Amino acid sequence: MALLEVKDLQVRVDEREILHGLSLTVNEGEIHAIMGPNGSGKSTLSHVIAGKPGYEVTGGEILFKGDDLLEMAPDERAAKGVFLAFQYPVEIPGVVTMNFLRTAYNAQRKARGETELMAPEFLKKVREVAKRLSIPQDMLKRGVNVGFSGGEKKRNEILQMALFEPSLCILDEMDSGLDIDALRIAADGVNALRAPDRAIVVITHYQRLLNYIVPDVVHVMSKGRVVKSGGKELALELEASGYAQFDDAA
Amino acid sequence: MNVVLAKSETRQAVSDVFASVRDRLPGAGKAAETRTQAFEAFERAGLPHRRLEDWKYTDLRALMREVLPLAAVPDANALNRAEAALAALPEVDGSRLVLVDGAFAPALSKLAGLEAGVHVQTLREALKDGRNAELLSNGTEPGAMIALNAAMATDGALVTVADGKALTKPIHIVHVATRASAASYTRSFLKIGKAARATLLESFVAADGAKSYQVNDAVSISVGDDAHLQHVRLMADSADATNITTVIFTIGAKVRLTTFNMTSGGGLSRYQGHLTFAGEGAEVNANGVNLLNGRQHADTTLFLDHAVPHCMSREVFRSVLDDRAHSVFQGRIIVRPDAQKTDAKMMTRALLLSDEAEADNKPELEIFADDVTCGHGATTGALDESLLFYLRARGLSEKEAQALLIQAFVGEAIETIASDDLREVAIATAQRWLEVRG
Ligand SMILES: Nc1ncnc2c1ncn2[C@@H]1O[C@H](COP(=O)(O)OP(=O)(O)O)[C@@H](O)[C@H]1O
Ligand SMILES: [Mg+2]
Repeated sequence: MALLEVKDLQVRVDEREILHGLSLTVNEGEIHAIMGPNGSGKSTLSHVIAGKPGYEVTGGEILFKGDDLLEMAPDERAAKGVFLAFQYPVEIPGVVTMNFLRTAYNAQRKARGETELMAPEFLKKVREVAKRLSIPQDMLKRGVNVGFSGGEKKRNEILQMALFEPSLCILDEMDSGLDIDALRIAADGVNALRAPDRAIVVITHYQRLLNYIVPDVVHVMSKGRVVKSGGKELALELEASGYAQFDDAA
Repeated sequence: MNVVLAKSETRQAVSDVFASVRDRLPGAGKAAETRTQAFEAFERAGLPHRRLEDWKYTDLRALMREVLPLAAVPDANALNRAEAALAALPEVDGSRLVLVDGAFAPALSKLAGLEAGVHVQTLREALKDGRNAELLSNGTEPGAMIALNAAMATDGALVTVADGKALTKPIHIVHVATRASAASYTRSFLKIGKAARATLLESFVAADGAKSYQVNDAVSISVGDDAHLQHVRLMADSADATNITTVIFTIGAKVRLTTFNMTSGGGLSRYQGHLTFAGEGAEVNANGVNLLNGRQHADTTLFLDHAVPHCMSREVFRSVLDDRAHSVFQGRIIVRPDAQKTDAKMMTRALLLSDEAEADNKPELEIFADDVTCGHGATTGALDESLLFYLRARGLSEKEAQALLIQAFVGEAIETIASDDLREVAIATAQRWLEVRG
C-alpha cells in the first residue's frame, strides 16, 4: 500500500518557488533514498511533509495513508506516524531531554486515544534504546541537544525515532557531521527499525550512507523536482558521474 | 501643595475609612499616636501617581483609584471558605500561620509543631496596651503605601528564630481573602538570629467569594550575621484584586539570602523590596517570576543598597505575558562610596505571548565606589518559532509546546530556590497557571 504519495507538489518560500511539481510515492516496508546537490529542495520537501510553517503550498497534494496530510497540524502528523529526523536539530535549553521524550511520547499516545505510559516504565524503555545507540545516560538529563556534539544530536533524533515507532521515517542528512564509527551506530539504529509496515526515506547528498542503509529505491532531485528514480545502482552511478548530468533535465 | 489633589474624592474617602475603624485597630496610647502620624503622612502624599519617578509605570491614582473600607472580622462562613482555599494549596510540611482578611486565624493555623528556638506572636498581641509602638513606625523608609499600612494594620506575625538555630522545616504564612470590595492591612516581622538557618514561605490566595479586594502587606525581615534565609513568596490573589506589598530586608555580615517572588494573581500589584546590606561578605539572590494574562498589571520594584564592601547580589527576573498583561520591573542598585568589591548583577527577560502584552524594564545603577563589578541586562521577545515547531513535530500540541518552553523560561529563576520543598511548590504554582491557561 502507498504510505506516502506526493503529487505534483509546488511550494513557495517568500514568493519564490522552491519545489516545481514534485512527485514521489513511498510504499510500506520500503527504504527510499533521495539524493541531490545542495539547494535542490530536499530539506524543503521534508519540512513540508512535517508541517513546518513558512512554506506556501501553491499546488499539488500529499497523501499519507490515504489522508490529506496538508490539512493536518504538525502534532497531528506526528501522532499519525510521520517522523522527521532534522538536518539541524535545535537546542532547547531548560527542557530536560527525558522530560521532553516522555511528554512527546505521551502526547502522541493521547492523540491516538492510547493510555499514557507511566514514568518508570518509560524510563526503562528509553534507557534500553539509548544504550543500543551508545547514548550516555547523562545526556538524557541535560537540556534537549544542549551542549551535544553534532553526532550526539543525530543520535538523539534516532533515539526519538526508535521510541515513537513512526510508520514514516524521514532522515534529513543524517550522515552530516558523523565520523565513520558514529555513522555505523546511527545506521544500525535505523536498520533496526526496518519493518514491513514502516517506510524509511533517507535524504543525503553522499552515496557513503547508502553503504550502511541500503535503499530499495533511489530518487535524484534537482532544482525542485525528482528527475530520475531507480534501484540502488543509481546511487553508484551518481557517485561516479556526479549530479551535473541531471541539471539539464531539471 | 496641590489643593486639587488634597481635596480629591479619593483622599476624602480614605480619611473616612480611617476615622470609622480606629477603634478596631490594635494598640492604644503611643501605638495609636504612631498610627495617627502614619495616617497623616499618607494623607500628605496621597496615593502614589505617575509623576513620582518610582511609580511612573504604576499610577495608583489612575489604577487603584480608591481605598476600600476595612474588611469585616472573619465570621464562621468566611473561615469555612478560607479553610477550603487552604486545602487547595500544595502541601507544605511545616508550621503555618494563617491570616484571614487581615486577622490571625488560630483555628486554621498549625503552630503546635513549631521547632525549638522559634517564637511566634501576633501583631495584635504585641501592640496590646500601647506597647511596642515602634512596630508601626516606618523608620526612614518613605512611601505612602507603607504609611497607610502602619495606620491601618490589623494584625500580622512576629516570628523570631533564636541565634544558632537551624530549622528543618519551613514557616508558612498564608494570607487568605474572603470578602468582596474590602481591604486588609497586615504587618509582619521576621527576625533570624545570628548563624541561624530558616525558610519562610508566604502565600496570598483568594477564597471562594473573594472579589475586587485590596491587600496591603508590609514585612520586615532582618537576618543576623552568618545566618541563611530562604524566602519564597507566591502571590495568587484573585485577578480582580489589588495587592501592594512592601518588604524591607536588613542583612548582616556573611548572610546567604535567597528571596524569590512569583506573581501569578492580582489584577493590580506592586511588590516593592528594599534591601540593605549591613554587614560585609553577604550574598543575595533576589529573583522573581511574573505569570500574567488578561489585563493584569504587576510591578516589581527592588532597591538593593550596597552600603558595605564585599557583598554580592544577583537578580534574575522572568515575566511571561499573555493577552494585554503589563509587567514592570524596576531594579535599582546603589553602591555606596565605601562598598568596594561589590559584585551586583541584574538580568530581566520578558516573554510576550501576545502582541498586546507589554513589559517595562527600568534598571538603575548608581555606583559611588570604584572597585566594583556591576551589570544589568534585559531582553524581551516571543517564543522561538523553530523550537515550537520542533516540539510540535514530536507530537506536542501548540499549548503543550508553549507550556514546555514557558516552564523552561521561568525555570531559570525558579531553579534558584534551594529548598526542594519550596521549589516544588513554586513549580506546581507555575504549572497550575499553565494548565488554567489551557
Ligand atoms: N526559509 C527559506 N527562505 C528562503 N529560501 C529558502 C528557505 N529555505 C530554503 N530556501 C531555498 O530553497 C532552496 C532549497 O533549499 P533546501 O530545501 O534547503 O535544499 P537542500 O536541502 O536540498 O540543500 C535553496 O535555494 C534555498 O536557498
Ligand atoms: Mg538540506
